[in-house]
Amino acid sequence: MRFDPAPSELFSLARHRVHEAEGPGRRSFALLQAARHTEALIWIIPGHAPHQPMLRGLPEGVGERLHLIRPANETDLLWATEEALRSEGVGLVIAEPEKPLSLIAGRRLQLAAEAGRTTGLMLIREGQGSNAAETRWHCAPNASERRDSTLHQWVLSKNKKGTLRTWTVHWNGKTAAVHPVSAAGKRLEPAETSR
Amino acid sequence: MAAADARAICPELITRPADLAREAAALAGLRRWAGRYSPMVARDGPDGLIADISGVPHLFGGEAEMRADLHARLERVGLTLSSAIAETRGAAQALARHGGGILPEGAAKEGIAGLPVSALRIGSDVAEGLARMGLNRIGDLVDLPRAPLARRFGPGLVLRLDQALGLQPEPVSPEADAPYFGVRMTMPDPIGLEADVMSGLARLLDRLCSTLAQHHRGARRLRLELHRVDRETAQVEIGLARPMRDPERIAALFKKGVSEVEAGFGIEAMRLVAHVTEDLPPEQVGGPRTIAREDALADLFSRLGNRMGFDRVLRLLPATSKIPERSFLVAPAAYSVAEPPPPHRGPDRPIIIFPPEPVTTKGLGQPGHPPARFAWRRMSFTTLRADGPERIAPEWWFDDPAWRSGLRDYWRVETREGARLWLYHTPQAPAWPAQSWFAQGEFA
Repeated sequence: MRFDPAPSELFSLARHRVHEAEGPGRRSFALLQAARHTEALIWIIPGHAPHQPMLRGLPEGVGERLHLIRPANETDLLWATEEALRSEGVGLVIAEPEKPLSLIAGRRLQLAAEAGRTTGLMLIREGQGSNAAETRWHCAPNASERRDSTLHQWVLSKNKKGTLRTWTVHWNGKTAAVHPVSAAGKRLEPAETSR
Repeated sequence: MAAADARAICPELITRPADLAREAAALAGLRRWAGRYSPMVARDGPDGLIADISGVPHLFGGEAEMRADLHARLERVGLTLSSAIAETRGAAQALARHGGGILPEGAAKEGIAGLPVSALRIGSDVAEGLARMGLNRIGDLVDLPRAPLARRFGPGLVLRLDQALGLQPEPVSPEADAPYFGVRMTMPDPIGLEADVMSGLARLLDRLCSTLAQHHRGARRLRLELHRVDRETAQVEIGLARPMRDPERIAALFKKGVSEVEAGFGIEAMRLVAHVTEDLPPEQVGGPRTIAREDALADLFSRLGNRMGFDRVLRLLPATSKIPERSFLVAPAAYSVAEPPPPHRGPDRPIIIFPPEPVTTKGLGQPGHPPARFAWRRMSFTTLRADGPERIAPEWWFDDPAWRSGLRDYWRVETREGARLWLYHTPQAPAWPAQSWFAQGEFA
């Protein structure tokens, strides 16, 4: 009988590689990954983007480890991502490029991540990823009846070293714990044979 | 004498308010200049200098010539002064303030006998007490028995008397000069290759970093000046995210700037100055992994800051304000220390916040509640649930243009399309356009 892997290992990104996430819920996915790492985090947002992370809304333990970089243009953004991936003091690098990533850029980022033993997550717009990404996730929030957490649907749509799957989880945005929703049946009771 | 009395005596008197800081700075400069007369010069009060000239007068041809030289130079600059040379510090100081002159060896006692008692550095109440007893001159005090004097006026008077007569030591402790963190090197032949410049820079950095280590300082900004043969100078300046004095890591940051310098006909002199330094107590290097990771992170910030500017590498710090966009500070990472935010109690906050964007109402909800259907960023949404309202009032002591419309009622809106948004409306604003709503954040 095969057991499903424990939830804590389900959404871990492969270490020392660069992954991609797209969809309206990609920032939540990035913050879940950030909450699971324990080392310094770097988030690279273009300088002219209007949004920025809000300290009191971040999951626990993320705020003091987070460093924000606001480069002025796309070249500086890719250069800063590469430098951050190559540095050994960083655990997770989250970047938000605005233009499509070419294969060369993707390959360079993978090499930098391997050299610096850092994990990277690129938050891309629809269809703007490169072929060099290790995995690609499509993240979207869905409406749900539970009030204390958000129902997310995370689809692993590209995986260089494994299978493709879809997960539906509840996440409240405050801790690193997620609650997967089982596909069949909506009740969370253990299955029992009837007497 | 009071200024009013002086102006009464001389109506055309010109007066200026005293600038004590500039006077103190001028006195410090004068102290450094007086180093030509003695290696041990100190400031003595707000308007005097004391120098220990043991073994120096013969270089000037005698004490009188030395004093004359001092007077001539300072009067040429425009300063009026009175000076005295004596065997002891107390006697020299007393005589300088009452006439000046030179007291030969052994003549301290007779030399200061005629000076008033207040020339000794005692308080005015002690001097008044002595005057009431009829002891107006130092000569009156010298031969009196010590014990009654000490009992009546305190041990300070006896100490000052002994110091003036040489019976108690009173050394001059000179002030140390502020350390200067700059090194230079001249080349016998002009150089032009980048590798040569970098090796010269390595030698300069070794010397500079050992000076920094001696004074327990770390460099924050460094400037390398390359003097060319044709009298032009090229400058390369770098900044550091953390004060450091590690030659290899600093040299790595200079590489890019040095490669862009035009050598022209050759570089004949190099000068490296650390013009901004900070305290850096000795720390353990090569320790556990955490120290290596912090160093690597600081190096990353230095590299990013030198190319993009240190104001683009930021950190979020908590701030005490209820206004959402001001509840955190964005500070440069190189000049701030990480602080964990306090645990957040109360309604949830969104994960990202942006300047308020207007939301077009398509279907009305209850008055004061979010609309049942609305459009934001050209996407349509249907409200499923709304949590709120959370009323936030503007800070009356801080006039923020964005909050001039008054109170805001914030709602956490969950939509059928999945997105969770943070909407607000301003109940105090005029009713037209009716109940305009704005979106300011997105939740996880």
